[in-house]
Order: sequence, then structure tokens, then C-alpha cells
Amino acid sequence: MDIHEYQAKELLNKHGIKTLKSILCFKPDEVYSAYKTLSSSVAVVKAQVHAGGRGKGGGVKIAKSADEAKSISEKMIGMNLVTAQTGKEGKLVKKVLVEEGAAIIKEFYLSLTVDRKNAAIAFVLSAEGGMEIEEVSKNHPEKILTVSVNPLYGLKSYHILEMSLFLGIDKNLFGGFSKLINLLYGAFIAEDISMLEINPLILTGSDEFIPLDAKIILDDNADFRHPYFKDLIDEDEEEPLEVKAKSVGLNYIKLDGNVGCMVNGAGLAMATMDTIKEFGAAPANFLDVGGTADAKRVETAFNILLSDKNVKGIFINIFGGIVKCDMVAEGVVSAAKNIGLKLPVVVRLEGTNADEAAKIIENSGMNFVSAESLADGAKKISKIVNG
Amino acid sequence: MSILVNKNTNVLVQGITGKEGSFHAQKCIEYGTKVTAGVTPFKGKTLFNDSVPVYNTIKEAKKEHKIDATMVFVPAGFAAAGVIEAIEAEIPLIVCITEGIPVIDMLNVKAALNCSKSLMIGPNCPGIITADECKIGIMPGFIHKKGRVGVLSRSGTLTYEAVNQLTKAGFGETTCIGIGGDPIIGSPFISFLKMFEQDTETDAVVMIGEIGGTAEEEASEYVKNHMKKPVIGFIAGKTAPAGKRMGHAGAIISGGKGTASDKLKTMEKNGIHIADNPSVIAETVKKALNI
Repeated sequence: MDIHEYQAKELLNKHGIKTLKSILCFKPDEVYSAYKTLSSSVAVVKAQVHAGGRGKGGGVKIAKSADEAKSISEKMIGMNLVTAQTGKEGKLVKKVLVEEGAAIIKEFYLSLTVDRKNAAIAFVLSAEGGMEIEEVSKNHPEKILTVSVNPLYGLKSYHILEMSLFLGIDKNLFGGFSKLINLLYGAFIAEDISMLEINPLILTGSDEFIPLDAKIILDDNADFRHPYFKDLIDEDEEEPLEVKAKSVGLNYIKLDGNVGCMVNGAGLAMATMDTIKEFGAAPANFLDVGGTADAKRVETAFNILLSDKNVKGIFINIFGGIVKCDMVAEGVVSAAKNIGLKLPVVVRLEGTNADEAAKIIENSGMNFVSAESLADGAKKISKIVNG
Repeated sequence: MSILVNKNTNVLVQGITGKEGSFHAQKCIEYGTKVTAGVTPFKGKTLFNDSVPVYNTIKEAKKEHKIDATMVFVPAGFAAAGVIEAIEAEIPLIVCITEGIPVIDMLNVKAALNCSKSLMIGPNCPGIITADECKIGIMPGFIHKKGRVGVLSRSGTLTYEAVNQLTKAGFGETTCIGIGGDPIIGSPFISFLKMFEQDTETDAVVMIGEIGGTAEEEASEYVKNHMKKPVIGFIAGKTAPAGKRMGHAGAIISGGKGTASDKLKTMEKNGIHIADNPSVIAETVKKALNI
């Protein structure tokens, strides 16, 4: 799960990592007093949304007085911030972080991620702080250093030395740098972080290394040992349908097309989306109904699909493993009747009793078509929605 | 022949008395798997279904039985510990079905595996099956039929889709393995490709990948340099948006990396026979084998 910059910084502070003084504000008046409280000669007003590239989109602005900070925030709060990561619809800004200024001597890029290939924790560093790291990686791979730490041995001083030499950090500053790297590594493991990005990490006039920005993605699977994870969820940042689906235990991701998809299993769900595209239509969503596609679950799934007004037809693709297809078919029909479904539905059921299932679908009296394979189903639904 | 498991494999089930564990242990027994013993803490000295002895720990079970493989159904919060218990007990094959193990835990498991005698399949996977001999996992047994194609996959139901076609087309399968949908898994495609290349009954391998990571690219390099048998590949997620986890924890395009098109490009370049959609997997096998 993604969290906000201010939440990420609080998490870092918890582990003894210093960040600049900052205050979270929801209203321009609060921004005005926050500026006064910070008593810094300049302050930065930063939009708090789950997206990178805020600076370019106008979501990060410098203020030199409380009045200026207030007037910046009047424009920022309530604006639709569009960045490279938000899509063209942008994200509504509801809160801003007002942060004190600092004298920046140098800027670096630093991130920690899970290195899937080596099953390790990887530090990625560059002296090109503040830049888009994907750009640097593409055009100047030699300006990026990756140090993978084997979790069995842990982080060692030679790792940090390598990083420090690469970044050209002065020998006298090694102690402070080393301390920061150790604390970051500790926080990464202790809080079950999947990705921690500090861009930029700054060296201040008083020789301190400080994360100016912080982006953290937490591992949802570890929420059982971090009860506070649920408090960090900001529902304003999530797609409402995805939140609704999650609350009823369905795995749903909204897309732009008009074919609603209901599939069991994540891999098959993706493959179904791809096949629909191949036959000239576009999937409206990813939806994994899970192993037990019973009437109640199917009904819930129908309701989620129908909440998306773009949906013009539905493709149900279930590979019956342990459950029998005729039972799934009966569930699908009864769920559709229950909610008075009018949209055309193509149903493909494979597995035990698939033939009986096809008969139930064809004789349901609903706007249902049965398909005999994934490709057949994708073809039929595409033809229906394309008219 | 087949790889890793056959009718003589003695299987332990960790979490045998739980809801999922007991259901699937029973299905495996019905399939013909030799389920020798089970483990559930504080349920020692009891019998599962009046026939399989249950122990508190693997250590206790090992005193009484020869164990070749273990099927792990331990809940996510404890699964990593369960796998490490199996590693310490030197069980040769560990099949972990559990979904939702934290990545940090899996990093530890992986480090432990690297200095062990065990091979791990999963987690977050359907398991392994040698048709008509031994099923260690949750896949529907009836779609599998003894034959000549090996199957490897990061997915569950999509694997069943492929197997069903292979069976219906008359190819059948040797061994079928779901390697898992998580970012960190016990063993990559390559570990099993090696075994299939050496298996005398396997004539071709179907490899089903998906977006996220670089496992398919690495596997295809291996195929190019070390394999004579044809490998047929499919990648799910051509239409998946970047930055979203598509059901599986490992299925995510991050920082522009791990896209289906990048994978397909590398796989094709390295001589993998690509199936453009899952409906043509059996057809692609047919072409690859020049039938």
C-alpha cells in the first residue's frame, strides 16, 4: 500500500531518522499559522497525494512569507493535481505539508527496494538527486549504483563505504552517512517496507543528511503484525470501486474498457483481459472472484461490475477446479435474476460437468450466451459490445 | 520418469488439521499420493481421518517416518517459520501453498534455502503433480493425464487452462509445477527447466509467466544456452496497467520494468515458441514438436 509523504516521514522519525520540521494542514488558515510556527525564512508547501512528480505538476511551491504560503495553499488545496503518475484526470489535493526550508549543499537519490532476482534488499543510489531516476537509469546507467544486501549477513560497513565513495561523500561526513544508511535499513525490515525512496536526500549547510522527500510502499501482507497500517489508508486516494470490492473480499482493479470481466484466479483473469483485447474490445476491469464462485460471491461481483457505467457486456470465465461447473452456472443464473441483470453476458465454464453448465446458461431465459473456450468467449463478447 | 515426485514419494502435510490443509490432504490421498504423516502444533498423537498420524513437530514425525516432501498449509503469519522448520529437518522438497507471506519473511526463507539441502516450490502456488502418480497441492487432479509435456507456471487456474488443453489434445503431461505468484519464491523457472531437460519422458515444456520481475527473461536465456527440448511460452498481463498489483503480489509493473512486451521480446529472441493467447497453447506445442 502507498502512504503519504507526511506519513512516510513520521515512520522514519520513529526510527530516529531526522526530517525537516513540518506541519500537515487542511485549510489555508492553518497554513498561515504553520508558517509562523515554523519560524523559518522560507517554507515549502507540498500537496499530499499518492503520486510522484508533484513538483512539475505544481504541487510543490516555495513561500517566503505566511501570506504567500496561505495564498499558495488557497490555490493548491482543492486543485486537481496532474502529474506523470496520476493520469490525465489528476488527483484532488485535500491536504498540504508545510515544511521549513534548509540550506542545500548537495542532493542525492537513494532508494531501498526488494531485489527479486537476488532475493536481497537493494540500495539504489545516485549523485543526481532530484532527477527522475528512470531517466537517469536510461540515459546514464553509469551514474547509478546498486548495492544488494544479503539479508542473512545484513548490512555491513563495506556496503556503506562503497555507497559513500560512489557518491563522493567527504571522509569527515562518513559517520553521519553511515548512521543514516543503517537506520534506513533497520526501518525497511522492521516496518515491512517494500519500497522506500528518498529523492532528494540532501546534505545541509550544517553537514547533516536529511530526506527532503520520502515515498514509502508498505507490504500489505504484513499488516497482521503492524496494526497501524490500517490507520495509514487514505480512502480519498483509492478508486472507490476498488475499496468497495476489497471490503467484500474481491480483488478488483478498474480499467478503461467496456467489457466487465469476472474470472477465478489472477493469472487467468489477466489472460482473459488480454484475449478480449486481442478480439477487438477492451476490458473494463480485472476481477478475481477466487476459488469459490458461489451465488453470493457472484452476485457481489455483478454489483461491483455494474457500478462501472462504462460496462456494456460481461464475460464470465471460470475454470472449475474443485467446484463443479453446473453448480457455478446455477449460482450465476440465480445471482443475475436476483439483481435483475439486463446486460448481455457471455459465460464460459470449464471443468467437471461443463456440458450441463452450458445447458443451464443457454436455457436460463436471461440474456446469456454460452462459450466453449476462452477465445470463443472473448470473441463473442467483443462482437456483442462492438455492435 | 517424471521430475521430483512420483508414486513412491512420502508426503508430510504441515497444517493437516486446518480447514484448507485437511480438505486438500484428503483430496491428495484420493488422488493416490502417499500422505505419510501430518503436523499441527498441539495435535500430536492423534490421527487424521483415522489413518494418517499427526505430530506436533516435524522432528517428531521424522523419528517415525521417512519423509521425501512436505506440503505446507500453515497460515501466512507462521508459514515462513514452518518452511524453515522443514529446511532444518532436511526435507528434500518443500511445497508451500500458503498465500500472503510477507516479503521480508520470504527473504529470510530464501537465504536459509541457499545453504540447505532442500528445494522449495511456492509459496502462493497450486503445487506440483506428476499425472496419475502423486499430487502435492490444490490443483484439480482429473484434468491431468500421463503424457509427454512438462508444465511450469506462476499462476493457478491459468495452469489448469493449459493442462486441460494438453490433455484434451492428447499430449498429456509428465510433471506440472506452479512455481508461485509472489515476488520472492523458493525456486525460479530455471531450477525445473534443468530437470525437464534431463527427464527422458518429457518432450517439451510449457512455461506460463506473467508481468513483474525478470524470471521469464532469465529462464529464456537458460533455454537458449542449455536446452535442446522446445519450450512454449505464454505471458499474462499484456493489458495490465503499470504500478498495480494484479492479484498476485509479484504481478506488478514497477518503474516501467516487468512488462509483458519486454518479456515476450526477450523470450522470442531466445527461441521460445510463443503462444499469443492461452487458447492456442496446445496448438503451439504441436507446432513446436513438428506434429
